[in-house]
Amino acid sequence: MNKLKLAASALALCAMSVPASAEDVKVGVISILEGAFAALGQDGIRGAELAVLETGGEVDGNKIEVITMSSDASPDSAVNAARKLIEQDGVDIIVGPLSGSEGLALRDLSKSYPGVTFLNGSSAAQDTTLRDGSDNFYRFGGDGAQWMVGVGDYAFNDMGYKSVAIVAEDYSFPYTQVLGFMTEFCEAGGKVPEKFWTPIGNKDYSSVVYSIPQDVDALFVALGGADAVNFLTQYSQAGGDKPIIGGSITIDQSILDSKGPFKKLLVGAPAGTPTVSDYDGDEWKAFTASYTEAFPDGFSAPSIFAHHYYMSAKAAVMALDEVDGDLSDNHAAFRAALNDLTFTTPTGGTMRLDKNRNGIIDNFVTEVYEREDGTLGNRVVKVVRDVDQLLGQDEEAFLASGAVSRDNPSCP
Amino acid sequence: MKQALILIPLLALPLVLNDFWLTQVATRSLILGVMALSLSFLATYLGVVSFAQATMAGIAGYTIAYFGPNTVGVGTPLPFWVTIPMALIFATLSGALVGLIARRSRGIYAIMITLAIGVAFFYFTRQNYTLFNGWTGFSGVRAPEVAGVSLRNPLLLYLLSLSTAGIALALVSGFVRSPLGLTIQAVRDAPGRVLALGISVTTPIVAAFAFSGLLAGAGGILNVWYQERISSFSVGLGPIIDILIISVIGGLRHPGGAFVGAVVFVLLDTFAVDLIDRERFNTLIGVVLLLIVIVAPGGLQQLAQDWAARLRSPQAKPKQASEHS
Repeated sequence: MNKLKLAASALALCAMSVPASAEDVKVGVISILEGAFAALGQDGIRGAELAVLETGGEVDGNKIEVITMSSDASPDSAVNAARKLIEQDGVDIIVGPLSGSEGLALRDLSKSYPGVTFLNGSSAAQDTTLRDGSDNFYRFGGDGAQWMVGVGDYAFNDMGYKSVAIVAEDYSFPYTQVLGFMTEFCEAGGKVPEKFWTPIGNKDYSSVVYSIPQDVDALFVALGGADAVNFLTQYSQAGGDKPIIGGSITIDQSILDSKGPFKKLLVGAPAGTPTVSDYDGDEWKAFTASYTEAFPDGFSAPSIFAHHYYMSAKAAVMALDEVDGDLSDNHAAFRAALNDLTFTTPTGGTMRLDKNRNGIIDNFVTEVYEREDGTLGNRVVKVVRDVDQLLGQDEEAFLASGAVSRDNPSCP
Repeated sequence: MKQALILIPLLALPLVLNDFWLTQVATRSLILGVMALSLSFLATYLGVVSFAQATMAGIAGYTIAYFGPNTVGVGTPLPFWVTIPMALIFATLSGALVGLIARRSRGIYAIMITLAIGVAFFYFTRQNYTLFNGWTGFSGVRAPEVAGVSLRNPLLLYLLSLSTAGIALALVSGFVRSPLGLTIQAVRDAPGRVLALGISVTTPIVAAFAFSGLLAGAGGILNVWYQERISSFSVGLGPIIDILIISVIGGLRHPGGAFVGAVVFVLLDTFAVDLIDRERFNTLIGVVLLLIVIVAPGGLQQLAQDWAARLRSPQAKPKQASEHS
C-alpha cells in the first residue's frame, strides 16, 4: 500500500516539471557550494554569472538561463549534479567543475551525452584533455602543469636552487603541478631527490617534516588551504628553514594574512599561477571593476575560480553569439565556433584552444614580498605568454613520458 | 495478492516516468534501499547497528571496477559472469570478517567497532594505488552488455534493481524464518540462554553479518554500474551516514522500510536544491530528517501503517505492525 502512495506522489511530482521554452539557452554551472571549498566555489559561480551579465542575459534574442548545482569535491557528486542538470533541468551547456578529479569524471560522463557541451570550470588535471579526451569537453584554461610554467626555470637560474624536495597532496591536480615544475627544473639541471605525497586533509605532518633531507636547497610545496597552513606551521615549529616554492593554490592571500610563525619562510617564495588578484594590467583592472560592481558582497578581487569560470562562460556566450544561438545538430556549429574562438583574457593574453580543446594561456611567476606595513603580498616577477599543454615540447615525446603519477616524472 | 498490488505499479513505472525519474530517482532509491536493507536486517534481527555496510558494498563495487572495463588502467578485465559472483563472495566474506571482529560487542561498542572498520577502509582505499587507485578511484566502469544491450540502459537497470530488491526482500523474509535465522533472533533476545542451550553464539552472529554483506554487495554492484565509477568517496563517512539515515527514517521494524526511507532520501537529496536557496539546501535536508525522526520515531513505514490502520477502523487504536506482507 505504502509503495502505491509513494508511486502516486512520485507521479504527481513528475507532472510539476515543466518543459522549458525552446528559445532559451540553459547553462548549468557546477561548483563546490558545500564544505571547505564553499566560499571559493561560490566565487566560481560569480565568474560564470558575470560573463552572462555582461551580455545582458541574452544572445541574439535567446535568453540565457543560468542554473547552479553544487558538488562536494567528490567525482561522484559532480557526476550526479551533471546528470540532474542534463536530464531534469534540460541544460544545453555545462560550465564546471571546480576540482581536478571532478573534471576527469565529467570528461568521462560527457561521452555519454553528445548533445550537451561541457566547458570546464577551474579543474586542472592534465588528462582531462590530454589523453582520452572527449569531443564535447572544452577547457578554456590551463592544466596544473601549465600553471607552473616559468617557476622551475626561475628557481634554478634566478634563485640558484639545485636540489628540491617536494611535499604535495596525493591526487591528480598536485601530480600535474609537480610535472609542470619538474619539467623545467630537471631540464635546467636540477634534482628532486625525494617526493612526499600526503593525504588531503592531513593534520599531522611530523613524519614528513623529519624526513626532509638536509641537503636540499628548497621545498616545493603543493598543498592547498588548511593543509598548507598545517604543514608550514609544523615545519617552522620543528626548526625547518629551507626556502619554499609554492604551487598555484599554496600561497594565496589567506595564507599570507594568517598569523603563523612560518611567515618568515615565505618572504621571497616564488609560485606559479594563472591568476594574480592584484595584477596591474589594464584588462585585469577592468575585469576587477566589473566584478566588484556586479558582486559588492564578493571578494575584493576575482579569485582564480571566478577568473576561470568567467573565461569558460564567456567563451560559451561568444560562440553562441557567433552562431546566433544555433544549437541544432548536436551543437555542430556552436562547437566549430568554440574550436576557432579567440578572445582577449582578463590577464591581457589571447585565449585559444589547441587540438585537444585545451586552452593556450598566460602564466605568472609571482614572489612573496613584505609590504611597508609589514604585511605580505604576492607580486609578479615574470609573465609567460602562450603556454600550451605540451609545455613547448614535442607532442610525441611528451605523450611518451606517460601519465602523471606519484613516480612520474622523476629526476632524483 | 498484496505483493501483486505493490509489484504491478512498480513494473508499470517505466511507462510513465522519463529517464531522469526512472534512473536518478527510482533506480537510485532501489539501490540505496538494498544497501539500507542490509543494515536494517542486522539492526532488526541481530540487534546490532553496523556502520560497515558501505564498506561491504564498496568491496563488491571495487571488485567489479578492478576486474571490469575501466578507463584508469588499473586491474585485469575478466568476463562479467566471473566478476559478479566474485564480487558477491568478497562482500559476503568481508561481512563475515566484520562479524567475527565485532561478535562480542553490542550497542554503542558495536557501532564504534564497525565505524572504525568503515573509516579505516575509507583511508585505505584513498591511499592504496595498486588495488584501489587512491583518491581518483575507478572511472569509466561500464555495466556488462547482454545481447548487445548495456545493462546501464535506464529500463534494464531499473528492472534489474527492482528484481534485486525483490529477491533481497524475499531472501530476508525466508532467512529469518529458517532455523539459522531463528537462532540469530534468539541471540538478539537472550544470548545467555542460547549459550546455555549449548549453541555457540559466534556462528549465528558471523552468519548474520555475512548475509548482510551479501545484501550490501548486491547493492554495491548495482551502485557501481549506476554511478559508472567508484572512489574512496563512495565508501567514506558520507555514504556510511546516508545508509544509516535511510534505515532510520524508513523504520527498522519491517524490511520494506529501507525502501520507503530510500525513496524519501533520494527525493530530498535530488530536489532540495530546487526548493531553497542553493547554498542552504543541506539545512533543509537536515530539518526534514529531524522532523521525520521526531514525528515518526518508528520510521515512515510504521507511521504509514498506523495511519492505514486508523483509516480502516477509526475506533481501533493503531496496533503494532503484525500484518507483514
